[in-house]
Amino acid sequence: MSSFFLPAATLWQRELVRFWRQKSRVLGVVASPLVFWLLIGYGSNDLARFYSGALVLTVMFSAIFSTISIIEDRREGFLLSMLVSPAPRTSMVLGKILGAATLAWIQGLIFLAFAPLAGVRITLPEIAVVAGAVFLISFTLTGMGFVIAWKMDSTSGFHAIMNLLLVPMWMVSGALFPMATAHGWVRALMWVNPLTYSISLLNFTLRLPNATPGAWESLVVTAGFGLLLLLISGMMAAQKSTRSAA
Amino acid sequence: MIEVQDLTHRYGDRIALSQINFAVKQGEVFGLLGPNGGGKSTLFRILSTMMVPSGGGRALVAGHDVEREPAAVRRHVGVVFQTQSLDKALTVEENLRSQGHLHGLSGAVLRERMEHAMQQLGLSDRRKDLVDTLSGGLRRRVEIAKALLHRPQVLLMDEASTGLDPAARRDLSRHVEDLRSKEGVTILLTTHILEEADRCDRLVLLHQGRIVAQGTPGELRSRIGGDVVVLEADDTASLAQRIEQRFGLASKVMDGQVRVEIENGHRFITEVVEAFPGAIDSVGLHKPTLEDVFVRETGASIE
Repeated sequence: MSSFFLPAATLWQRELVRFWRQKSRVLGVVASPLVFWLLIGYGSNDLARFYSGALVLTVMFSAIFSTISIIEDRREGFLLSMLVSPAPRTSMVLGKILGAATLAWIQGLIFLAFAPLAGVRITLPEIAVVAGAVFLISFTLTGMGFVIAWKMDSTSGFHAIMNLLLVPMWMVSGALFPMATAHGWVRALMWVNPLTYSISLLNFTLRLPNATPGAWESLVVTAGFGLLLLLISGMMAAQKSTRSAA
Repeated sequence: MIEVQDLTHRYGDRIALSQINFAVKQGEVFGLLGPNGGGKSTLFRILSTMMVPSGGGRALVAGHDVEREPAAVRRHVGVVFQTQSLDKALTVEENLRSQGHLHGLSGAVLRERMEHAMQQLGLSDRRKDLVDTLSGGLRRRVEIAKALLHRPQVLLMDEASTGLDPAARRDLSRHVEDLRSKEGVTILLTTHILEEADRCDRLVLLHQGRIVAQGTPGELRSRIGGDVVVLEADDTASLAQRIEQRFGLASKVMDGQVRVEIENGHRFITEVVEAFPGAIDSVGLHKPTLEDVFVRETGASIE
C-alpha cells in the first residue's frame, strides 16, 4: 500500500512546497481574472453575474500553469526519475493531479474572499460547501490539463490548445452569458460543455442567479468528468512506448 | 549483470540500433563510447526502461527483461541522467527524500540511507541548500546520491561528466571508482569523452547504431600496431597517394589530416619529411588512443 500512496503523497507535497517558495505565482493567477471581473462587472453594473465565471477562470489558469510544467519536467526534471522508479504510474498521476488541484483550489479560495463584492451572502457552513465545489472544479480542470499536456512535446503546443479549446470552452460555459439567453448552436455547445456545469454548480452554492442546469446534474457531470479524466490520465501514463517518454 | 542480445531499435524508418550484443559482468565499469547520434542515448533509454525496443532482440538488467518486467528492473537500477532530474526549487535533502519515497522507503531506513549517500558523495554539509544554488559538479553528485538510495545493483549513467570542468570530472570519477570498489555496484556509462572511456574496464564503440569494436581500452588500442603519425597538409589526398606509392602504406584522410599507423613512427617521420619537402605543414606522433581506434574502425571522429 505504501508503495502506492507514498509516491503520490511525495509528489503532492512537492507541488505545495514549490508553490510556497514561489508565492508570486498567486498574484499572476488571481490578478488577471480579478481585473477582468472588475472591469466587466463594474462596466455592466452586474458583478454578481460574472463572479462564478471569473472564479473558474482563476482555477483554470492555475491548473494550466501547473500541468504545463509536466512538459518540461518530463524532458528535463523531476518527472524523469519518477519514470524510472518502480512507483506505479497511476500513483504518479494521482499525486501530480491532486497536487496541482490543491494549488488551483487554494487560489480559488483566495478569489472567494472577493465574493462579498458580488453581493454574495452565505453562512459559514455554506462556505464549506462552496469550498468543496471549488475543489471539485479544480480537480476536473487539472485533469483536463494533464490529458492535454501528457502527449505534448512543447509548451507552445499547449498554448495553442489553450487558445483554441480551453478559452472558448470557458466563454460558452455561462461565464459571460447565461444558457437561457444563448441562441441556436451556441446553446447546444453549452449543453455539452462540461464547464457549463461547473459554473452552474458555483452559482448554485453561492446562491447567485443562473444556476442552470440543476444542482445535482451539475455535481454529477463535474465529478464524473473529473473521474473520467483521471482514468484517461492514468491509462496514458501507464502506456509503454517505443518512443522515449523523455 | 547486463545482457543485451540482438537489440534493434528504429525511429520510423531510421535505424537507431542494429543487432547490439554485449554483456556486463558484476562489479565492472562498462562504457558505451561513441559520437552524439551514434546510438548511446537510445541504448541508455532502453536499458533504463524509458522506452521499449521496436525492432526485436532483448535486454536483461539484473536478471530482468527491460521490456516485460520494467518494474523489477527499476527496483535494481539507479539512473543518473544527463539532463538534471533534480527539483531545483527543493533542497538536497528534500530531493533525496522524495526519491526515497518513490522507492517506497520511509522513516528510519530512509534517513539512514540518505545519511550514507550524502556522506559517500561528500554532500553532508550542503544538505539544506537549494539545488538551484549548487555548482554543476555538486548537482551531478546529488543526482548520483539520489540514484543510490535504494541500493541498486546497477548504476546507469548518461554522459555524467558532460559539462563539468576537469577538476569536477576527476572528482566524479573518483566517486564512481569508490562505488565499484566499496559497494560492488556494476556501472554502465555512456560517454564521448576519451579520458573517461579510458578509465572503464571494458568498452563498446558505437557508430551509427552498430558496435564497431569492443574490449578493454588496452585491447582496443593494441589493434593499432605501433604509433600513429598525423600529417597536416594542403593537399591531403595527393600526399596520401604519394605515401602509398613510396612507402606502400595505407593511410586515412580526414579533417585536413593524413593519419598513418606504423611501428617506429619516429623513423617514418624523418623519411616522409625528407621524401616530400614542402608538402607537409605539420607533423605529429602519438601512442594509439581510443580516438585512433574509432577512426580506424569507422573513418569518422568521435568528437
